[in-house]
Amino acid sequence: MWYVMGKVRRATFRTSIRSLSLRQEIMKWNGWGYSDSRFLFNKKGQAEFTGKRYRLSGLILPSLKDWFEGTFGANLQHRSPATPSLNLSAVAPPNLNQPFVEDLKAAGLAVSHDPEDRVFRAHGHCLHEVFALREGRIGRVPDMVVWPSCHSDVEKIVELACKHNVCLIPYGGGTSVSSALECPREETRSIVSLDTSQMSRILWIDEKNLTAHVEAGIIGQDLERQLNERGYCTGHEPDSMEFSSLGGWVATRASGMKKNIYGNIEDLVVHIKMVTPRGVIEKSCLGPRMSTGPDIHHFILGSEGTLGVVTEVTLKIRPIPEYQKYGSVVFPNFQQGVACLREVARQRCAPASIRLMDNEQFQFGEFCFSLILLNFFLLKNFCFKGFDPQHLCVATLLFEGDRGKVLQHEKQVYDIAAKFGGLAAGEDNGQRGYMLTFVIAYLRDLGMDYYVIGESFETSVPWDRVLDLCRNVKERIVRECKERGVQCPPLSTSRVTQTYDAGACVYFYFAFNYRGLSDPVHVYEQVEHAAREEILANGGSLSHHHGVGKLRKEWMKESVSGVGLGMLKSVKEYVDPQNIFGNRNLL
Amino acid sequence: MFSVFIQPRHPVLKKRDDFEDVLEERRRSSDLRYALRCYTPTLYKGLVPCKASMLKSIVLQSDHLQYVIKQVSSESGDSAECVAEEASLILDEMAHRLQLSTIRFFAFTLSKAFKRLFRSVCVNEEGIQRLQQAVQEHPVVLLPSHRSYMDFLMMSYLLYMCDLPLPVIAAGMDFMSMKFVGEMLRMSGAFFIRRSFGGDKLYWAVFSEYVKTMLRNGYAPVEFFLEGTRSRTCKSLTPKMGLLNIVMEPFFKGELFDVNLVPVSISYERILEESLYARELLGVPKPKESTSGLLKARRVLSEDYGSMHVYFGHPVSLRSLAEGKINRSQYNLLPRYIPQKPRVDTHEFLNDAAFRLVRIQEENMVLKPWVLIATLLLQNPDGLELSFLTEQTDWLRHLALAFGAFLDWPNHEACSEVVSCSLALHRHLLSVSAGHVQLNVTDAPQDETTPEEAVFHRAVVVLSCASYRNQILHVFLRPALLAVAMQSANSNRKDDVYNCFNFLRNMFSNEFILCPGDSVQDFEEACYLLMKRGVLQVLEHEIVMSASGHSTLAFLCSVLDPFLQGYQVVCRCLCEETNENLTEKEFIPAVRSFALKLILAGRLKCCEALSSDLQKNALAALLRLKAVRKVKVGDQVTLKVNKIAVNSLEDTLGKSNVNQNSWCSSMAMLK
Repeated sequence: MWYVMGKVRRATFRTSIRSLSLRQEIMKWNGWGYSDSRFLFNKKGQAEFTGKRYRLSGLILPSLKDWFEGTFGANLQHRSPATPSLNLSAVAPPNLNQPFVEDLKAAGLAVSHDPEDRVFRAHGHCLHEVFALREGRIGRVPDMVVWPSCHSDVEKIVELACKHNVCLIPYGGGTSVSSALECPREETRSIVSLDTSQMSRILWIDEKNLTAHVEAGIIGQDLERQLNERGYCTGHEPDSMEFSSLGGWVATRASGMKKNIYGNIEDLVVHIKMVTPRGVIEKSCLGPRMSTGPDIHHFILGSEGTLGVVTEVTLKIRPIPEYQKYGSVVFPNFQQGVACLREVARQRCAPASIRLMDNEQFQFGEFCFSLILLNFFLLKNFCFKGFDPQHLCVATLLFEGDRGKVLQHEKQVYDIAAKFGGLAAGEDNGQRGYMLTFVIAYLRDLGMDYYVIGESFETSVPWDRVLDLCRNVKERIVRECKERGVQCPPLSTSRVTQTYDAGACVYFYFAFNYRGLSDPVHVYEQVEHAAREEILANGGSLSHHHGVGKLRKEWMKESVSGVGLGMLKSVKEYVDPQNIFGNRNLL
Repeated sequence: MFSVFIQPRHPVLKKRDDFEDVLEERRRSSDLRYALRCYTPTLYKGLVPCKASMLKSIVLQSDHLQYVIKQVSSESGDSAECVAEEASLILDEMAHRLQLSTIRFFAFTLSKAFKRLFRSVCVNEEGIQRLQQAVQEHPVVLLPSHRSYMDFLMMSYLLYMCDLPLPVIAAGMDFMSMKFVGEMLRMSGAFFIRRSFGGDKLYWAVFSEYVKTMLRNGYAPVEFFLEGTRSRTCKSLTPKMGLLNIVMEPFFKGELFDVNLVPVSISYERILEESLYARELLGVPKPKESTSGLLKARRVLSEDYGSMHVYFGHPVSLRSLAEGKINRSQYNLLPRYIPQKPRVDTHEFLNDAAFRLVRIQEENMVLKPWVLIATLLLQNPDGLELSFLTEQTDWLRHLALAFGAFLDWPNHEACSEVVSCSLALHRHLLSVSAGHVQLNVTDAPQDETTPEEAVFHRAVVVLSCASYRNQILHVFLRPALLAVAMQSANSNRKDDVYNCFNFLRNMFSNEFILCPGDSVQDFEEACYLLMKRGVLQVLEHEIVMSASGHSTLAFLCSVLDPFLQGYQVVCRCLCEETNENLTEKEFIPAVRSFALKLILAGRLKCCEALSSDLQKNALAALLRLKAVRKVKVGDQVTLKVNKIAVNSLEDTLGKSNVNQNSWCSSMAMLK
């Protein structure tokens, strides 16, 4: 990915982690990412991306406007700007548990009930959360924030929380897209946001066993950078890794782009330490695998902050790969592309990453980010070979390893692709494809400036149902939008982002122009709800890696059976009978 | 319970499209040029065109069929190749070979034929437009009503005419035996299925995969008859679920986003097979379909069959139909190629959907004035004065319209004119002398006919006539059930009337299309209609007849009278039957001769009791109500009659009927 390549540039924005609120100073309070990085349409009506942080920064994207207006029927004259700054009077005064506050202070812990600090930690990045912030609407927010700086601080906080019966909500990177950080409306106790950002040290690296012991508050890019400096990496690269934290990954069962080589978070962790109201849960050794009953890690992985705070994690690490190479393949249609990915999975020769974008996404990537001139020749060439630009789709690839093997691997994958009518389309296209992933989050903010709202969601599904699921969900979205009075057909696209032996992870992007709707967020939520119903009806899972949170809770029973849910509930009942970790996610 | 009534349906408010005569154009321009014109049908959006031979290999290679082949092979011990070969043969026997040249041939010959047979063929233009739209969106299943062999020829003819894709049609195997014609039909898109293949797994697999493949690819609209066979009585038949399940499964399993189900109502002013059907119902076996038989049918070409109406209903989205009723995730845990028996809830849904679709067919069925006249003539076996008949027809017309009938009544024409036109078209069924109109039931017996033959002769006319009355039964059915319930309840209490209504509804649910579980709604609808007509007053706990309601109630009661009598005859026959081992096969002949005896003895007036359709429905009802059981003894299925239960059913039916006389007399007084 881009930031692995651009080491020099990254050094310019390293954050001083000792400052409690620096992060919120350099990040938007009501949108995605860094304050200095945003899309906007300049006076000439051309799109540009501001700031200096990314490869795309400072670039003009001449055709984005046409794509934007054409796809959504939007108009640059029709603006829907956000409230410029947080209206502090909209924030309700904190409901503080005074004895608790005093005990914390006595223990020397950093706390704050500053409204900005509280609002910043009251939300993730679901559409309705960001939309409300942009409109200046503030709902229930935590009553105070506490910053532990090590494991024993957390133990102290949890102990005091139990003693004074306050509600704790662990906060890592704040990138949740499942309403997991929302304060439950029915909560009457004082709500305390437990921000792990100060617990971000790599405690040790064991080169003999290739493991690293890390505090759970560390942010993905910091972890990766610091390991890189020592010649290692974890290889765990979720799309949110610029902002999400190690503890968050563990708590949501995160998945990284390069899981084909490095594995998902559950494959990466060797040891987890978590503080619960009952005490600390951890294993007694660092053995690579155990048969000691059900793996207690699996009660922690995906517990979404309902059981305790993950404080320290021992992770597998790998030497930085010698060689990286991007690639891309164009297929005549989505069916052929999926068939190819399936074959790659069957032969278990998936590169570090392999993603297949459908035609709509291909067009989006093609027409806005680039460099049409560069691609013109290529595209014409494909059309000549009988590829229909309205159907063709593109797979992006990333190979990693030692040079000889990468080249060999590359050939193997391209040979398989050829059997499905796939034609190699160059490294640049591949790299650009991966760039798209992270800018899309910024693009949503641009859309929201012009009456366009959208979001992504994901699922995992057996191979034989991938095509049917993609088609049906996309169509369901279009139909639901129409029925709910959305004027222009929505953007409804899908992407196969991960391959497994028995199935794939599918990602959907969906956005529409909401001019003329009285309650766009409600419409949006209804459509997303319908899309999730459609996913479940077509054999897809409730979530592949975003988690359940409060957004998808209603389907939990259906997903894991009544007994399954009962088991989880009884664990919660034992570990946290007072419901100190009361974010009410999952169960 | 009445407080929780679901909103009553208001059938009267239904808006229907206008018709256009498609033959008009054909009478003006060259049929040959028409047959050879450029045919460019609108196609399904994602369609990858595919030849019939290609289709076959997709079916044979499908995971589903391969799975069943292996299964059958391991069960029977035959080699898999052997079973695959068999599957391939089944497919050859079944598959259609749609060819445009054959279609053009039909376009030409049918143009000629239709122009001779019919005065007009009227189609709702808007329906065609809706279909054109539907065909592009999702795979389409055409569900025409089935009254005549003409039905599917007409369907294909019309679709060709409107530049719509030609359907592939599930046809009964009996057509295959017609040399040449069978092949012609095959080349015009028919595929053939055996009438019964209950236990044959391989056959079912080939068949269902064939249909599903066509649907999944959007290859062509699939057409079949929900009723399974031609209705000999012109009443809609209880729908069959098998094919409906097959066409719905790709949606249930997520292979299709949606399927458009298009009910089509085809109605005839005069049915080509009219007297053939009557004879068949009376036990003269159906002639085997043969080419020579068809040639003989040329005779029919010289007669006037009036007009014909085809109404393409609104496409019903399967997705919306199944919304909240089918949990599609039930298919998540089994690979989709492994055949699964429908679960209970799926089965209920299928049943419900099928009934609703048939109800839509019924509601969109165009009714001719003759239908009203036939109803009146059947109720007055001694005939009527023409002037009185005209008056009564006019009265009935307004009643029918008030109940939501789709009546094709000529504009700006005097009622007497309309009546005499209808009488002329159907003159072979009646006699008019000196202003007195009567069904042709009292022909002076010719010398050589036995009394039995005379009865049968009369019955042919009555049943022919009944097949017209039957077309309007669905309009009167619910109010008629209420009318009969009111007189047999002997009470005005709403609960009592509802109980009687429910009993009758239950008794007749094999006879008429009554959606299962709709009992309360049907009752509400009947109350609403009669209340609106000023016949009843429905109070909180009581239903009271209005002073002016007598004639309407009397009429409605006599609508159901033949069925009440017929069912009683069947019950009495079973009670008096001495043979302990009455087999299923012997049932119809036994009832027939029993009824015949009663008629000859003058104890029964109603010829409709001779209809095998009524007898079969009655038996089905008795089986359903567990008053009769089927017991398998060797190869034979015998009927075990619970005489006490049957007797009591007969009594209850009799109660509904005893008072008949008092109604009639009150009606006579009104006259």
